[in-house]
Amino acid sequence: MADGSNSDAFVEFERVQKSYDGENLVVKDLNLTMPKGEFLTMLGPSGSGKTTCLMMLAGFETATHGDIRLGGTSINNIPPHKRGIGMVFQNYALFPHMTIAENLSFPLEVRKIGKSEREEKIKRALDMVEMGAFGGRRPAQLSGGQQQRIALARALVFEPELVLMDEPLGALDKQLREKMQFEITRLAHNLGITVVYVTHDQTEALTMSDRVAVFDDGRIQQLAPPDQLYEEPVNSFVAQFIGENNTLEGTVKEINNGVALVQLDDGELIDCKPVHDSVQAGARTRVSIRPERVEFNKSRLSADAHTLKAEVLEFIYMGDIFRTRLRVAGNDEFIIKTRNAPDQVRLEPGAQIEIGWLPEDCRALDA
Amino acid sequence: MSDSTSSGPVLAADGTPLKRSLARALRMQKMRALMLIAPLLLFVLLTFILPIADMLFRSVENQIVSETLPKTVVALQDWDADSGEAPGEDVYAALAVDMKAAAEAKLHTRVGSRLNYEKPGISSLFRKAGRKVKKWDVENGGPFKEQFIKIHKGWGDPDVWRTIQTYSPRLTNGYFLNAADMQKGADGAEWRPENEQIYWTLFIRTMIMSLAITCSCIILGYPVAWILANLPARTANLLMILVLLPFWTSLLVRTSAWKVMLQQQGVINETLVWLGLVADDARLVMINNQFGTIVAMTHILLPFMILPMYSVMQTIKPTYLRAAKSLGATNWTAFWRVYFPQSVPGIGAGSILVFILAIGYYITPELVGGTKGVFISNRIAFHISSSLNWGLAAALGTILLVVVLILYWAYDKIVGIDNVKLG
Repeated sequence: MADGSNSDAFVEFERVQKSYDGENLVVKDLNLTMPKGEFLTMLGPSGSGKTTCLMMLAGFETATHGDIRLGGTSINNIPPHKRGIGMVFQNYALFPHMTIAENLSFPLEVRKIGKSEREEKIKRALDMVEMGAFGGRRPAQLSGGQQQRIALARALVFEPELVLMDEPLGALDKQLREKMQFEITRLAHNLGITVVYVTHDQTEALTMSDRVAVFDDGRIQQLAPPDQLYEEPVNSFVAQFIGENNTLEGTVKEINNGVALVQLDDGELIDCKPVHDSVQAGARTRVSIRPERVEFNKSRLSADAHTLKAEVLEFIYMGDIFRTRLRVAGNDEFIIKTRNAPDQVRLEPGAQIEIGWLPEDCRALDA
Repeated sequence: MSDSTSSGPVLAADGTPLKRSLARALRMQKMRALMLIAPLLLFVLLTFILPIADMLFRSVENQIVSETLPKTVVALQDWDADSGEAPGEDVYAALAVDMKAAAEAKLHTRVGSRLNYEKPGISSLFRKAGRKVKKWDVENGGPFKEQFIKIHKGWGDPDVWRTIQTYSPRLTNGYFLNAADMQKGADGAEWRPENEQIYWTLFIRTMIMSLAITCSCIILGYPVAWILANLPARTANLLMILVLLPFWTSLLVRTSAWKVMLQQQGVINETLVWLGLVADDARLVMINNQFGTIVAMTHILLPFMILPMYSVMQTIKPTYLRAAKSLGATNWTAFWRVYFPQSVPGIGAGSILVFILAIGYYITPELVGGTKGVFISNRIAFHISSSLNWGLAAALGTILLVVVLILYWAYDKIVGIDNVKLG
């Protein structure tokens, strides 16, 4: 991916490193290739280097080492205003002393676009975000969601091919956030623009993106489409970070036909899919199972599946699902989720049950 | 609130109108607040507002003539000043009575000094007459006209009497006319001869120099405030101490330091001569003129410009500049169209502060201003402490106050006072 000669590559990071103090690397050896039209999300905890990557792409930070290319040409030495990249900021950064129309006019004026064409483009951009009637207002007179739409319109009005978004929905309440998530995705697909989106909200990342890059410790831990990221995490950080996750620790006994037999710390044996390179016979491993993939109804499990004894500790009714906390192999925080279906069993605290799962849902990761 | 069904005023639970009940509940709070500010309020009233009101009143007050010479003023009412002749015997008789009483109370010289402001030379008439009249028998010693003229022939001059008549009312606009380089002539107010006009020049000079000082403060202060606002907090605090450092030194010391720097045998001239940039016999004149005043006052008032600009700039988030650049603006366009307009309230606040401080500044122009670099305040001080013409000083002060208020109003109209922010 990082050979730099990929013909459909639009945005490329090649061996990019960034250090602020000359002692610690904030971004360590970043390689990333994006085709045109892709919606890519950089997801990670704060301090993982995702915003720094975005700022390097925008031109506000310079890469300490490595090459950043846009449409095949290196942009390392191009100042931000010549990169032609649209950007939406976390707190909108609408100019408070200008009206909405003036805010939108700004990128067109600095591009020396004539008045009539300018007005037409502003109108189109405002209509696009359904804010056509607000051109004469000041940013302070708008609600957070409206300001967000204007910020989006301003980043799009000069028709950039690449738009960067730095946690643009962080300041909105949940309902509005979900609505805007949908609108941003819709706009991006309709306009065919390439989007790099930074967030620390995994739901946002999963619902909006074509691909998600999970950042931690200055590296991309996994770069994959959302479903793959959720169902097939490649290491325990990604498994922990994306969605809810049960972990059990143990030692790999043997690997047969792509199935690893893992002996948990209390002696019980389970089948897992070896994922991480470090999963070898005799090595420590951390096993990850999603709560909704755990099955306690024996009739639905294959006859030869390994099962584990579990004690029900707590049953929580959550409406659409039941959430049950179990003690499994000494782990008190083992969660299973079951759908609230008519024939579903409600487990009573204190009950002794047996649980199992398909071997491919149980992933042996790095310890 | 529960009584929303009834159409009358909203009632509290016990039936009293809610408004009254609320007022009662808040009364204690208001009283307490008032008690807390009472000492300061009293202090300000006694030491600031009352003296200023008294001072302003002095600019029109003129009771001294009518109080010291009551009978003369009455007798003089019918005299026609344009007749070209001195008034009749009755006026002189009244003057004799008044003058004797005044001389015994030692008040005659005060009237003399007062009238001397309007017509130089009158004070000696009163001094001489007072000395003589004290010994007269004012009841039967008449006729007095000849005797007065014998004391000083000025007493026969219609102009002297015109001055007394003009300044006999209890209130006068004479001080204000004086302050505006005018005088009361035969046909009302008229300009003073050109060689006696000084206040207009001083007012205009004060304005122009204050403006120059404000401008140089903006030019020097803006970059400093910008750097302060954009540095990391630790470094910014260190630099802020340097900005505030001058406040820890006495004003006099700082002004005197400029004397040392700027004078002809001073540091700058010596260095320039040593470097050969300036000939020894053509040293720059940088002090005791307007240049010296502007330099020293800019230095002294600079922190007042930097502080409000800094606190406003601190509130301008760096993302605005980034946003502007991401939208395609060059560094300069981003600054000029996005950053600068948002920093204008700070410039406004700093300018008002510096300009108003400069316009009434006294010590620095006095020390480094020479004759060409003094301000109107120096003239006011002169009339307060040297010439003792407090009325004129008060009139000059009032004009200065009004000018400042007008400028403040104009600023509000043009820029808007809401746009002034101190942070």
